[in-house]
Amino acid sequence: MGTILNILVDGVAYGMILFMISVGLSVTMGLMRVINLAHGGFAMLGGAFVHYFGAVLGLPFVAAAAVAIALVVLLSVPMERVLYRSIYRMGELQQVLATIGITFLMIASVNLWLGSSLLPIRLPDSWTGIVDLGFRSLPMHRLIVICVGLAIMAALYLLVEGTRFGIRLRAAVDNRATASALGIDTGRVFALTFGLGAGLAALGGILGAELLPIDAYYPLRYMVLFLIVVAVGGMGSIAGSFLAALALGILQQAVLYLVPDFGTIFFFCCVIALLALRPQGLSGRV
Amino acid sequence: MSGLEVNGLNKSFGGLTVCKDVTFELGPGDRKALIGPNGAGKTTLANLITGIAPPSSGTIRLDGRDLRGLREPQRVRAGIAKTFQITTLFKRLTVRENIRLGVSERKRQGLKLLRRADGDRATEAEVAELMHQFRLTRHADTTVENLAYGQQRLIEMALTLALHPRILILDEPAAGVPTSENHLIVEAIERLPKDLAVLIIEHDMQLVFKVARSIIVLVNGAILTEGTPREISRDRQVRDLYLGAGHG
Amino acid sequence: MSPNPRRLVPDLVILAAAVGLFFVFPYDLAFLTRILIMVVFVLSLDLVLGYAGIATLGHAAMYGTGAYAAGLFAIHVSADPLLGLAAGAVAGAAIAAVSGLIMMRAHGLTLLMLSIAVAQVLQEVANKARPVTGGADGLRGIRMEPVLGIWEFDFIGRTGYWYAFTVMALVLVMLKVVVASPFGLSARGIHESPARMRAIGTPVYARLVAIYTLAGGIAGVAGALAAQVTSLVSLEVYSFEHSAEAVIMLVLGGTGRLYGAVLGVALFMTVEHLAAAVDPFNWLFIIGALVLGVVFFVPAGLMGVPGALARLGRGR
Ligand SMILES: Nc1ncnc2c1ncn2[C@@H]1O[C@H](COP(=O)(O)OP(=O)(O)OP(=O)(O)O)[C@@H](O)[C@H]1O
Ligand SMILES: [Mg+2]
Repeated sequence: MGTILNILVDGVAYGMILFMISVGLSVTMGLMRVINLAHGGFAMLGGAFVHYFGAVLGLPFVAAAAVAIALVVLLSVPMERVLYRSIYRMGELQQVLATIGITFLMIASVNLWLGSSLLPIRLPDSWTGIVDLGFRSLPMHRLIVICVGLAIMAALYLLVEGTRFGIRLRAAVDNRATASALGIDTGRVFALTFGLGAGLAALGGILGAELLPIDAYYPLRYMVLFLIVVAVGGMGSIAGSFLAALALGILQQAVLYLVPDFGTIFFFCCVIALLALRPQGLSGRV
Repeated sequence: MSGLEVNGLNKSFGGLTVCKDVTFELGPGDRKALIGPNGAGKTTLANLITGIAPPSSGTIRLDGRDLRGLREPQRVRAGIAKTFQITTLFKRLTVRENIRLGVSERKRQGLKLLRRADGDRATEAEVAELMHQFRLTRHADTTVENLAYGQQRLIEMALTLALHPRILILDEPAAGVPTSENHLIVEAIERLPKDLAVLIIEHDMQLVFKVARSIIVLVNGAILTEGTPREISRDRQVRDLYLGAGHG
Repeated sequence: MSPNPRRLVPDLVILAAAVGLFFVFPYDLAFLTRILIMVVFVLSLDLVLGYAGIATLGHAAMYGTGAYAAGLFAIHVSADPLLGLAAGAVAGAAIAAVSGLIMMRAHGLTLLMLSIAVAQVLQEVANKARPVTGGADGLRGIRMEPVLGIWEFDFIGRTGYWYAFTVMALVLVMLKVVVASPFGLSARGIHESPARMRAIGTPVYARLVAIYTLAGGIAGVAGALAAQVTSLVSLEVYSFEHSAEAVIMLVLGGTGRLYGAVLGVALFMTVEHLAAAVDPFNWLFIIGALVLGVVFFVPAGLMGVPGALARLGRGR
């Protein structure tokens, strides 16, 4: 019983992190029909900035996180305008190559700036405690992560279903040509979505640093994990990413607890089976 | 019975029914046209026959044999071939390579690893003959993407004929072909082997009346009527459809 | 049909380069041999990616399996190099056939993820099968008999160099034959339009599995070569980086033209060799910039440069 609950709590928390990092990737990939391997770089940059502002400059965690996320968004939008705009038009293979190139440059930059060792993030003391829920106690950090994840899912839902931006975004995902014919400035939708996705990835990187530790090689180490969330969830689907992230998070923790020796094998075999059975992902139109 | 028998064919996409209880036959030597307004379901019907999409219900038989369960490539090998309404070619291969590929796959040489693709005399002769027939010889070594759309339509037809079909479906073969080259399509159709069964989907009524001996009119997925060109041209319903509703 | 002598020019250039390098850099034969092995690997990738258009980031799955198969074969069955190559080829082809049955129905991102996942699973299996594979310590104790019973593997790596060169040359010649065959033409056809291939009666899925299996066999040969020449197989043979670098080298040289693989590998590995000697930490800057530069400015790869220049010259 205790194990199952542990698996669930850790799995859900882990899933929420994966969701925050991957959702932007999924939406941009569905929107721009681009294969983007560099997205994890934004999560790493978020973590690296927080490490720098917090551990090096001594800023309090929340302030450091806010500045870091803002910086990542500010960096990502010009990147989208300058680099990604041309990448959208390339073939699949060229997209893979170009975004691997961007990943390498991100790694090399952080490596040059902060070195290749682990970049620890100090969480506020109040986050490291244990919360007693009456029937059970939970680590505060997990609880916060789960709450933030749920809040983001809710906010994204409201954004997409209830605002003009959301309507434009959905129109553009469904059919880009029609959307531009209807007078929607798809270029702006792209840039905003890209920036939002990068910001969320930074947030996920920061909050998830305890589970996915930050260092220069982060984007390469976890690239596959984030992309698998997108592939399993189905490109372009927020609900799909949420489901996939939770399912993969729980699966990952379950294999860690239950078959620790064969965790990776089991995890990837499940992913292979899933993708073989549903090549378009969970939410995909088959 | 020899030839194609389509019986009670239905197809819907979600709630939209695009093929309703379609029944017709196409025998050796037939020259039938399938006409109907845009969105009537002509291409969909062709796709059901070639196996690109599965029907919701109904049967398709070739020489009495039920084609259910045969995938598209198997139906092609059984003798059913179709040209695409929207040209679908091997864009970065030359004209010669496009047609050669059709011939060599028909001859089931696709798994031959150790001889040259251009090394088979009979294949090359056939490729040359097809290119000559469609006035493509001049462009033999040009990549397809560098040719005008009208020429690509001709390659579309040459590539399909390279498959030696017994049932040939032409989906708007003349759409996009300049009027000056339209006669190539008509000639090609007229020169087809006499015992070939041909179904022509076409909006160009002049062409239809030139080549078809029988016409099927499809409206909203269902067959409105079938008859000789004479009967169809006199049919009040068809006239209303094409003239009254401002079509055509 | 008489072969056009001009077609042999690139092959003669490669042969001359191999002979020249052998005499000019007698102390770098190990590095040059690594280049030759990588060429075999990337040639196999070119068949899959350049000709058939299958985007994969898991080609190391077949290389690694070939390497382990050849290593284990040498230790437990026979230390004859040629038999070992055959074992590597069979193992690589088998893995490709099995994984191809799963992968070749997928496209785009899903296919990429499947290819990566297969390689990761194999890596983890090799890691866990410690008693057989040596796990993270690598498979050791490979000792090869002389090639054809005549040429002993020596410390300076002369035999290894010519052995790898001969295998590379044979693979190159074989692939030249294959890509010019009806089979090769059908691979290009699938790359251009799978829908049309089905419409001309080709069972596309089965054909793709066949192409992948053949390429898997060649990748297995590359892995086997590596195992025999270095007497070691480590888990790195399956690494994502290994697959990704192969793709980079191929695109750098130019896809779908075989010689692009030779050129791309030679250039990439030379730059890496030099850059890593000077400043290993900033090597990623160079390769990142190199990759972006190629994708943005010479998308057809180095093999496409003369054509691009010619077009410029003609003012188009
Ligand atoms: N895959 C699909 N999913 C949903 N609807 C489809 C699909 N394919 C076709 N349709 C719909 O089916 C109807 C018939 O289309 P079809 O292309 O068969 O018409 P058509 O008679 O060939 O028209 P045209 O003369 O313009 O070529 C159209 O309303 C079309 O939107
Ligand atoms: Mg149509």
